[in-house]
Amino acid sequence: MLHVAVATRAFRRYSTYTAATLAGIFTNSVFGVIYSFAYLALWAENPDAGGYDATDAVTFVWLGQALLMTVAVWGGGSTDDLAERIRTGDVAIDLYRPVGLLGWYLAADLGRATYHLLTRGVAPTFIGLLLFDIQMPAGVVAAVAFLVSVPLAVTVSFALRFLVASTAFWLLDASGPRVLSGALAIFFSGMALPLVLFPGWLGTLARALPWSAIIQVPNDLWLGKYPGVEVLVAIGFQLAWALALLGCCALVLRSATRKVVLQGG
Amino acid sequence: MADASTTLAGPARSYVDIATLWVRAAWAYPTSFLMMILGSLLITALDFVGIWVMFASIDTLGGFGLREIALLYGATGVGIGLADTLIGSVERIGIYVRTGRLDQMLTKPVPLLVQVCADQFTLRRLGRISQAGIIFGWAATYVDWTPSRVVVAVVMVISATVIFFALFTGFSCIQFWTTDASEFANAFTYGGNTLTQYPLSIFPREVMVALTFVLPIAFVNWYPCLYLLGREDPFGLPTWLQFCSPVAAVASLTGALLIWRSGVRHYTSTGS
Repeated sequence: MLHVAVATRAFRRYSTYTAATLAGIFTNSVFGVIYSFAYLALWAENPDAGGYDATDAVTFVWLGQALLMTVAVWGGGSTDDLAERIRTGDVAIDLYRPVGLLGWYLAADLGRATYHLLTRGVAPTFIGLLLFDIQMPAGVVAAVAFLVSVPLAVTVSFALRFLVASTAFWLLDASGPRVLSGALAIFFSGMALPLVLFPGWLGTLARALPWSAIIQVPNDLWLGKYPGVEVLVAIGFQLAWALALLGCCALVLRSATRKVVLQGG
Repeated sequence: MADASTTLAGPARSYVDIATLWVRAAWAYPTSFLMMILGSLLITALDFVGIWVMFASIDTLGGFGLREIALLYGATGVGIGLADTLIGSVERIGIYVRTGRLDQMLTKPVPLLVQVCADQFTLRRLGRISQAGIIFGWAATYVDWTPSRVVVAVVMVISATVIFFALFTGFSCIQFWTTDASEFANAFTYGGNTLTQYPLSIFPREVMVALTFVLPIAFVNWYPCLYLLGREDPFGLPTWLQFCSPVAAVASLTGALLIWRSGVRHYTSTGS
């Protein structure tokens, strides 16, 4: 119940910046248009590149723009607050709260993600629908699977961002690791280019890494690219990475609180 | 104020002094600083790998080969990288308005734009500039160089930097009116960069006309590169446009400085 309260407050906190949200929706839409034309040119050359057709490709673009802020591919969200609180030493307050730090920040991030999905996820999708030929979910199964996979994608992304923010316990300033992991996330999530176009071993590697769980898997579920039970395998893949990475977070947090002397004022 | 700004050298020296200060400050956290540079190199490197991977599935995009697209990519990358280094904190002007730092700056004997540009100066973009430079160099071996093409290439890079500088500065001024809408500018700056990484032949004619006559983003690299590659304009627009990048650069800079001036005049302190 406490976690729901934390998530609700995070949702409300983000919803106060209306101008920022509108500006973001506009920017997501502009990038959506640019990438749509780029992909249309690509699929005009090679109509079944990576097993997608042109409509799949354009749909992929707009789903990516919708998820970009929701799953915070670049970084950001509650983990940025954490990194800053480690730097200033305020994290000490978080650590003596009668509730786990990891769960607290995950709840806040899920609240933020809900807000971003409803605004910066839904609005650009409407723009995309107006301007381009976009495919709706391939069926009821695809729609349900997509809705299940988005919170899992947020959780995987949160755990990765939490690990990055935790480096501040040792480095004090986590902005370097943040930029570095953001670059990897953009490339290996499918945000830069659908992973289905990655050739050979690079494709196999990219599909196995946790970043594929944050964009490529939800998009493929929407597009109905997983036949039959493979839908469950795809969601299981996300769940496995989410649990494994949250486990890592817990371990890192434990060793940080034991060994590190906090910055104090 | 008059002492420092009567000559052009005054503001330039202030800029260099403040910028040096920030570079030294970044060294306070050396590990993070080095990872930031490495991260920036990696971002930009992976950025081009994305385009290169595209060419695993195709031979040409919009009628242009990988080398030709690399030329476009390198030119716009160097341009935005240089501009982004020079503008420093202009993108974050809204935060300065909100926190009242702009008031402090207005009391100092250095032009406001110089102070904002030099504030939080970072060499993080060095990674981006060198990566784009390497790709431009690789693509340049494909060009059949003549003296006039060398001149056009040099003018192109300078004009691209000026156009991006103008886009960053002009669109950031929105923050004088609404302080938290900074992301709006990204659509034009980083959006302009992404757009010019592709041959503009992939866009509809209306988009092309808008990018020539409304927001002169096509002059960043598209028109000069058509000349460097000796290619016909796919939209059948006149050849003289290929030499107009400096005109577009001066026009956009003038526009941006006018917007900046009206933004500063509109500015009223938050009083904090």
